[in-house]
This record gives sequence, C-alpha cells and structure tokens, in this order.
Amino acid sequence: MILADSQQRRTAPRANWLRLHASAVFAFLYLPIAVLILYSFNGQGVGGFPPHHLTLDWYRILFADGAIWDAVLNSLQVALAAMIISLALGIPAALALDRVQFPGKALFRRLVLLPLILPGIITGLSLLMLFNLTSVKLSLLTIALGHGTALISVAATEVFAGLQKLDRAQEEASLDLGANYWQTFWRVTVPNLKLPIIGAALLIFTLSMDEIAVSFFLIGRDNTLPLEIWGRLRRGITPEINAVSTIIFVFSLLTIVFWYRLRLRSQGTPDVGMELLDPSDGTSTQATKP
Amino acid sequence: MSATSAQKPTLLSIRNIAKTFGRNVVLRDVSLQIAEGEFLTILGESGSGKTTLLRIIAGFETATSGEVWMGTERLDQQPPYRRRVNTVFQNYALFPHLTVEQNVAYGLRVARRPDAEIEQRVTEALEKVKMTAHARKKPSKISGGQQQRVALARALVNRPNLLLLDEPLSALDANLRRQMQVELKSLQREVGIAFVFVTHDQEEAMVMSDRIALLRSGELEQVASPREIYSRPATAYVAQFIGHTNLLRGEVRDGVARCGSLSWRTSAADGPALFSLRPEHLRPSSVASNGTVRVTGKVLQQAFHGATSLVRVECAEGLVLVMRTSSGALAAQEVELEFSPDDAIPVRESPERA
Repeated sequence: MILADSQQRRTAPRANWLRLHASAVFAFLYLPIAVLILYSFNGQGVGGFPPHHLTLDWYRILFADGAIWDAVLNSLQVALAAMIISLALGIPAALALDRVQFPGKALFRRLVLLPLILPGIITGLSLLMLFNLTSVKLSLLTIALGHGTALISVAATEVFAGLQKLDRAQEEASLDLGANYWQTFWRVTVPNLKLPIIGAALLIFTLSMDEIAVSFFLIGRDNTLPLEIWGRLRRGITPEINAVSTIIFVFSLLTIVFWYRLRLRSQGTPDVGMELLDPSDGTSTQATKP
Repeated sequence: MSATSAQKPTLLSIRNIAKTFGRNVVLRDVSLQIAEGEFLTILGESGSGKTTLLRIIAGFETATSGEVWMGTERLDQQPPYRRRVNTVFQNYALFPHLTVEQNVAYGLRVARRPDAEIEQRVTEALEKVKMTAHARKKPSKISGGQQQRVALARALVNRPNLLLLDEPLSALDANLRRQMQVELKSLQREVGIAFVFVTHDQEEAMVMSDRIALLRSGELEQVASPREIYSRPATAYVAQFIGHTNLLRGEVRDGVARCGSLSWRTSAADGPALFSLRPEHLRPSSVASNGTVRVTGKVLQQAFHGATSLVRVECAEGLVLVMRTSSGALAAQEVELEFSPDDAIPVRESPERA
C-alpha cells in the first residue's frame, strides 16, 4: 500500500503534463474543424469574431446549388468505381502474396505497395501521359481508373493483413469436408475476410472522395467535389464551402461509427484457439459489448 | 486383439511413404496397414512426423515418395475433397461465422444433399455428441469440450470410411481429457468407422487404441496392440517411451545373459544384448521362490504414486534399478530384489537418428 501511494504521488505531476500535452495535440487537430463547422452557421460570412446571426442560409444556398451536387454525384461515381477496381485487383494480389511462392515475389510486393508512397503528382502525371499516348479522352472514367489503380495497394495491404490472421486450418477443414478450392474460397475465406474487405472498401471510398492531386491531372469536363471546392476557393471563400465541408465531415463520422460498430459486433467470434484459453465460456466477449 | 484386427479386411494401406521438407527428412519409408473399424494410434514425440503422416493421408501434404491406397483406389493423387476421409483438427478449426448446426451441415451442403436429409442427419449427429441444445450457437460461445464434440459431429456426419484425429484432446484439461477418451472410444465402437488418432501421450494411446504405431524420427519403431507393445517392446526406445523400464546392457554367450554380476538363461542370440525389465517385475526376494535372478542394493529414493510406489535401488557396479511396489514404503535400507528371467525382454538398440 505504502509503495502504491508513493508511486501515485510521484506520477501525479507527470500525468498533469501528459493531460496538457494531449489537450494541445487534440486542439491542434480538431479546433480548425470546429471553427469550420461553426462558421457554416455564421450569418456574416467567414469574417468576424465571435460569429453571430446564426443561420441555416448557407445550407439553403448549398442545397439550391446545382454545380455542387453535380460534383458530389461525380465524386460518388468515381469513388464507387475506384472501390470496385482496386478491390477486384487488390484481393487477388493479396492472395498471391499470402499463399503463392513465385519468382520475383519480392519485386511484385514492392510494385504493389509502391503507389502508397508515390506522390500523387507523379501518379497523376504519368497517367496523364499514358492517356495522351493512347489518345484516351479525359473524363470521370480516367479519374476512376487513376484512383482505382493507385489504391490497389490499400486494398492489397488491408486484405493481406486479414489473410495473415486467418486460421488456415479452417480452409483445410473445408477441403476436408468435401468443398473444392473455389467453394472454400467463397464459403470460408471470404466470410472470414469480411471485415478487412469492408474496411478497405471504406478507406478507398473516402480516399477517392477527397483525392485532389491525381484527379487534377486527369480531369475532363466534369468536376469532382474536391476540385469544385478548390475552384471556388480561388474565387473567394464563402460559408457555402463551410457548409459542404460540414456535411462531408458528418458523413465521414458516420462511416467511422459504422465501421466501429461492425468491428465490435464481429469480435463476438474471434478465432477458436483464443477462446480455448478462456474457460469462462465466452463471457469475456460479451463484456466487451456496449 | 491384434489377431482380431488382422482378420478384418484392410481399409487403408500406406506404402513406403517418405517426406522431406528441403533437407529436413520428416518421414522415411513408413508402411502401415489400417483395418476396417480399427482404432489405430500414431504415437510419437513432437517432431517424430506423426502429424505429417496424418496430413498425407488427409491430402494436405504430398508425400515425396510412396503411395496411399484405400481399397483399390489410389488416394495420394486425389485432392483432399475427393477422399472419403474426414479430419478432426487439433484446434477443431470450426467455422467461426457459422452456427454449430451450420458447421455440422457444411459437408452435406457442399455435397448438395437434399434439405430434408441434411436436417435429419445433422440432428442425428448432434444428438450423438449431445450437442442438440447448442445447435444455434456460434462456436465462440461454447466451451472447448463442446467444440470438440461439434468437430466430431461435423466429421462423422459425412460417414467417412476413415476418421483422422490430430491430437484432439491436447487442448483439454486432464479431467475432461480422461472423460473424452472414454467417450471417443465408445463413439468409435458405436459408429464402426476406423479411427487414426495422433497423440504424443502414451497413456492416452494405451487406453484407447486397438493398435499403436510408435513413430520415432520419421520411422516406425513398432506397430502392435497396447498389451503387446508394453509387454514385448521391440526396441529400447519403445520400452522407455511406453511406461517405465529398466534397461540392462550385457552380453549373451551360450544362452546365458550376463549383466555385471547378474546372469540368467535366455533365448536371445549370442553377442552384446539389451534387456528391458519392467519395474513391476522386480520384487523383494522371498525364500520360497527359486529360479529367479537376485540382486542386493541400497534404497536411494521412494516416490509415492498413489496405488503404487516407485523405489530406486542402487546395486553393485553403479546399476540402478526401479521397482514398482504396492506394499507401501520399504523400511529397510538394504534390500534383496529378484526377478524371473522370462521378464527380462531382449530389445534392439535404438540408434540415434539425425
């Protein structure tokens, strides 16, 4: 007891510093967002402190603004297409990295992961040159192709991490019970990779939604939302931008909450081996539920 | 016991199986016959190759050389899903995203059996392992012993010709394990399917098996019934691995074995020889007996094991013998022991293998 007391006393000032430090970091991260949201309700535009005349006018203007909604629709289409492209190519890549031994595997791994660290300008410029060479007309399709290929690495890394955690004995059990490789993949592997696949899909979707650099090079006639906002900022800032940003922020927040709930729910079924260590009959998994 | 299982037709025939992983030789020239309805245990230390042998039968590993036949069908060239063999995995490998019921139905579903049949067979299988009450639970919500039963039901519901079990009891605690040993054995008798059971636990092997195949460094040391493998071990390794034993190293000349100051008549061939003498075949000597080999020594240590005690006795020339006695603690420090020559079983040396 005495030992514990003295230890507590000694760590108390340190804990205070830690609290202060943490608050500063969080303020740095979230204060700008708070300001952005606050000014979307400010009747006098983006100037003036403190904000007064709180109003929903900017939202009313926003909802009447056809160009913004076209851009949102364009971005959604691009993000959806990018998600499908990168998952369709990234999942097989992850499977190959996890299961198959082939010559040049190390090189293949690096090539798959390279776009993660490649600056968007390089990716965008090289794709632009490619499309010019092949005389492909720039459009939303070229942006979707750009995002889709650049984000394969995200899909591959997420799914690869999931595969590494997967209990291979389950796939063997499936083969043992008479399912062939294809049936095993769809009935056992994919359901067990549900979480990483959904995670990768959400991540790719959001990354594509706010991507600027690659889109900037590959843009055709139709604007994506970030480029539309960027274009308007050059003409001067209006709280309408704050309003649309606030909506994006809320949308992102909902996505995170959705993802978090999904993870919590599936934690009720961890791998069988871990459960064996716990003789309490799975009560521990219930305890983690809200 | 071995006589009855030998009369039954052979179900599985393992012929000259060898397996190497790179430079590492895991199995060398293993041949083994498994009879229909037999409970055969592959017993061995970790690294002896027993799990690899099981995985070759199941189809998860390809043998470097050799063949596996089931009746007139060559098994080792078939993919795992075409073999009429099912496996109970070490950690059960239940599908976490499916309920108990769906786990058991899996094999029948992929075989596209009619729904009514699936339902009936799954119900039967769950009843057989007493898991009906948990049918709708996910595997993570049931205990280890219960998962074990589900894994059994999931395999048996497909009515395989052969069931493979890869150390299925090793994750259970001692009491539950003993209970499952009995249940598993009676279940095997009931369904009449041949079981190949892999374990490192010699006691478990003795309790459950019709025959034991003892594997050491990728080679079979002996294949025999538990009784025979215990009473007539073929090699020094077998004698030491199964139960306790005293190894007497000596020389045989003209039908007489000599080990230090001890000597007895033996049928073993002339030359250097090794004998296994079980602790229960040693006893304090009595006046009445004759024809026994006698030796005096000093009691070093007595270990109480419940029904019996093991007594370590140091005799002349550094020979230490272990005697099993059920008559409680020995009072005397100096004891005279005896054994009958028939109980000294000649065994082959077990040379070191890489």
